[in-house]
Amino acid sequence: MERTSSAPGSAPTVAAAPAAILSGTRGILLMAALFAIAPWVGLYPVFLMKVLCFALFACAFNLLIGFGGLLSFGHAMFLGTAGYVSAHAAKEWGLPPEFAILSGTAASAVLGAVTGLIAIRRQGIYFAMITLAMAQMIYFFCLQSPLTHGEDGIQAVPRGHLFGVFDLAQPLVMYYFVLAVFLAGFVVIYRAIHSPFGQVLKAIRENEPRAISLGYDADRYKLLAFVLSATLSGLAGATKAIVFQLASLTDVHWSMSGEVVLMVLLGGMGTIFGPVAGALVIITLENYLAPFGQWVTIITGLIFVICVLAFRRGIVGELAAWLERRRYR
Amino acid sequence: MTEIFGVPTQALFGQLLIGLINGSFYAMLSLGLAVIFGLLNIINFTHGAQYMMGAFAAWFLLNKAGIGYWWSLLLVPIVVGATGMLIERTMLARLYKLDHLYGLLLTFGLALVIQGVFRNEYGSSGLPYQIPQELVGGFNLGFMFLPKYRAWVIVASLVVCLATWYVIERTKLGAYLRAATENPALVQSFGVNVPRMITLTYGFGVGLAALAGVMAAPIYQVNPLMGADLIIVVFAVVVIGGMGSIMGSIVTGFLLGIVEGLTKVFYPEASNTVIFVIMVIVLILRPAGLFGRER
Repeated sequence: MERTSSAPGSAPTVAAAPAAILSGTRGILLMAALFAIAPWVGLYPVFLMKVLCFALFACAFNLLIGFGGLLSFGHAMFLGTAGYVSAHAAKEWGLPPEFAILSGTAASAVLGAVTGLIAIRRQGIYFAMITLAMAQMIYFFCLQSPLTHGEDGIQAVPRGHLFGVFDLAQPLVMYYFVLAVFLAGFVVIYRAIHSPFGQVLKAIRENEPRAISLGYDADRYKLLAFVLSATLSGLAGATKAIVFQLASLTDVHWSMSGEVVLMVLLGGMGTIFGPVAGALVIITLENYLAPFGQWVTIITGLIFVICVLAFRRGIVGELAAWLERRRYR
Repeated sequence: MTEIFGVPTQALFGQLLIGLINGSFYAMLSLGLAVIFGLLNIINFTHGAQYMMGAFAAWFLLNKAGIGYWWSLLLVPIVVGATGMLIERTMLARLYKLDHLYGLLLTFGLALVIQGVFRNEYGSSGLPYQIPQELVGGFNLGFMFLPKYRAWVIVASLVVCLATWYVIERTKLGAYLRAATENPALVQSFGVNVPRMITLTYGFGVGLAALAGVMAAPIYQVNPLMGADLIIVVFAVVVIGGMGSIMGSIVTGFLLGIVEGLTKVFYPEASNTVIFVIMVIVLILRPAGLFGRER
């Protein structure tokens, strides 16, 4: 599994023995266990669910930037659209939560296919600007459409009974459901990264003309990665809407797109667990800074600046590099 | 009342004027972005915040130092441009050897910091800025009333844009700049101080944004978030025009302002999104942009 060797300078996805915990199956099991016991050691389930939703969102985003080299600055559109669709499905159509979430996720997949087809026509900086502009278009649509209730958003979304059996109104039942959704999404991403598809994606990131000359249809791979990322972001957004019983404009705003970039940057682009760490840190930070108003924006901006200037490997990337150095001492 | 396509001419020309005004700002901002991108290969996400800083600096000069609009037009771009050069020297200069996306992320973070600081101080309600004495009032053109200040903004921004075009495309200084855009190493080997040129170029682009901010202050309210949404529209303008040509970004800016104004007359619901829709259509038909070339 760890046979992939990355080129010098690329994100340290390779794990040598001591750092294996930072990328292997054992790491996933450890993470699952930690999250499973977390509500029993005094952590508030709603906080943990928020972390899990954003962690899934960040992992989906990381698939695109960390492994495809595509910086999308409009991922909020997938989170928000899925949130609106699933909230609408659960509240207005009365669908059970599993189908509400599925419909939201499907909506994001379709949106991802459409925007992906347009955005992959340009690369690099243009790609970022195009996704940002398209997300802004979706934002204005959500602002004006009667279905989304404008500034109010869709409120009091029923959580309902999962499969008609499990009562999601109980915090712990909801929590373990969210954990299951997160882990399922995480494993999908993990498998995608370690599949031949993931290898080709990395090849395109490193040298697109060369990958094309080797016979790979780069656009098709990029589109597939984009749709996969959009779909999983949608899954996160749909789940989040059910958890918080709310779908609002915050989730489609460009600042949300910036936030997910920050989580991945801080945690470590192109690492397996980086996005989870990044989401945990940022959500915790926001929780504590919430009473200080605009300071959240300022500190968020400062973290961006510091990460870009001095901390480009992110938390997990630095950790892996440190373990690596210690090994060869 | 006279009508064109079932729309009163008053409303039509009124919206056209607003469109031209918006277009002036799109043109000045996208021009600054294009100049910066050409040499630094960085999309300056801070541009919207620097435009806002320009408006605030003008407000400060008037209310704290009693310095009026005309001096602001000169002083503000220099001051804000200098802060830009400081940012370039201390931060952006470290990123040139890395992926260009890091420049985008850094300037995005800076925009958040700047906007956050201003919001902390001034909240999100706008501060009024008076139209200078000389430009109060307007002309009655018969079919519409043209406020003097708005006419001034359109003319002034056209002059600024064309002057920039002239300097870059027709002077020796501009020739150095264009050469450095193509091949910085070669230009440096001819004895041109390219790093200093990069710093000055960034300062110039930022100064242009600040100038737009000063000009916008009497029209829109001076507000910490005035540049935040605007910059996204300007990004779309840049994608539509393509960043290959200076003239391209000027023309696209004015054109899209007018299109947006007309949309407000004929289909108001779409006026927020029309530029993004045009961007999508252009990307499908001409991925490199109207004036761009594939690189």
